[in-house]
Amino acid sequence: MKRIMTLACIATMASAAFAETAPDDVAFTQYGELEQSLSGQPGDPEAGKAIMVARGKGNCIACHQVTALEEFPFHGNVGPSLDGIGSRRSAAELRGIIVNAKMTFEGTIMPAFYRVSDFTRPGDAFTGKAADGPLSPLLTAQEIEDVVAYLQTLQD
Amino acid sequence: MKKMLLTGSAVGIALAMMTAPVFADEDADLLINGEIEITVRTDAPPHMENVDTIYSGWVFRSTETQALEMDDFENPGMIFVDDAIEAWETVEGTEGKSCADCHGDPDGMAGVRATYPKWNEDAEEVRTIAMQVNGCRTEQMGAEAWKYDGGDMLNMEALLASVSRGIPVNVAIDGPAQSMWEKGKEIYYTRFGQLDLSCANCHEDNYGNYIRADHLSQGQINAFPTYRLKNAQLNGVQSRFKGCIRDTRGETFAVGSEEFIALELYVASRGNGLSVEGPSVRN
Repeated sequence: MKRIMTLACIATMASAAFAETAPDDVAFTQYGELEQSLSGQPGDPEAGKAIMVARGKGNCIACHQVTALEEFPFHGNVGPSLDGIGSRRSAAELRGIIVNAKMTFEGTIMPAFYRVSDFTRPGDAFTGKAADGPLSPLLTAQEIEDVVAYLQTLQD
Repeated sequence: MKKMLLTGSAVGIALAMMTAPVFADEDADLLINGEIEITVRTDAPPHMENVDTIYSGWVFRSTETQALEMDDFENPGMIFVDDAIEAWETVEGTEGKSCADCHGDPDGMAGVRATYPKWNEDAEEVRTIAMQVNGCRTEQMGAEAWKYDGGDMLNMEALLASVSRGIPVNVAIDGPAQSMWEKGKEIYYTRFGQLDLSCANCHEDNYGNYIRADHLSQGQINAFPTYRLKNAQLNGVQSRFKGCIRDTRGETFAVGSEEFIALELYVASRGNGLSVEGPSVRN
């Protein structure tokens, strides 16, 4: 019994310490920025780099050219190059754009990576079938922090 | 100086290869069997508000893929046309008729594919060419309907396309077809799925650009059915629509649904002026 109490206590402490923001609770500034870490933790740029190039994760290079990621072919050009993006955009701007780019760029083609509601005919991943229960965001809170951390390393 | 320029251009080529893995000759012209002239680029029809020039998907493919469509002996899709010629002459159903009994030689169907989907006065509905083939089978021949986008149907669609090659697509968008056309247009501009993408996001706003190694076309359907090297078979228009909506992480519509019939009418009309080109070859 004592052990259970201890575990419950640790779990409570853990959630309080990490204070993750749920997708529906994200609060943008009027310019589409997000000041606070979504996970309550700093991002890991190395993990972010892996997410940038993984087809089943961010797959950012599907649409963006990044010279620092040239070892991973092929880079798309639907979005702008991200070279030097860390010099031009703050972490808050980058986080906001990844979470839901439409809050910064109205009508953009860029998908929202941390949004789970207000879609038309959302599917169950790539099966073509209707979503079975609540949607998961395309990236987790920590994965987004990792990508933000990586993008900040891209300096002019 | 000359050396520097050369180095510069070598770097340029290397960079281009990074982003453009498959070279497409977007200025190439398509002549099939040295005699059938295919219009692969022309002025957009007046109803298109955001595009000036329309292009067949052929211009966005690699030189090697383009070449496969220039000779019927190289085009794997033509094998299925041969199968359909056999079906064309085969008597089926309770009425003891074949396609040939009413329509004669398949060449007599030249021009038909170019006008579909179109309004059918008797049925009071917009019919795709697949629906019309099944209309013939069930109403005239007393035969079983073929599965939508199934093998028999796609073979027949390939035959009907092949005899219309070079003839400009000319789909009517007014009159009784107009409400379905409007419905199709609305679907074209609706953003579906968790990726929140409309047809227009990729095929109107970004044709010519790359998503990873995928060279985006205008999503024209003048060249369907299409033989894809990827799956080594003929592919139907609505199955392709289904694949696109699936790729938005969306719930698709069904092949043969009213939504896809409307979308097929609308997308076909965006190709008014391009030549019928099927069976085409794509990657």
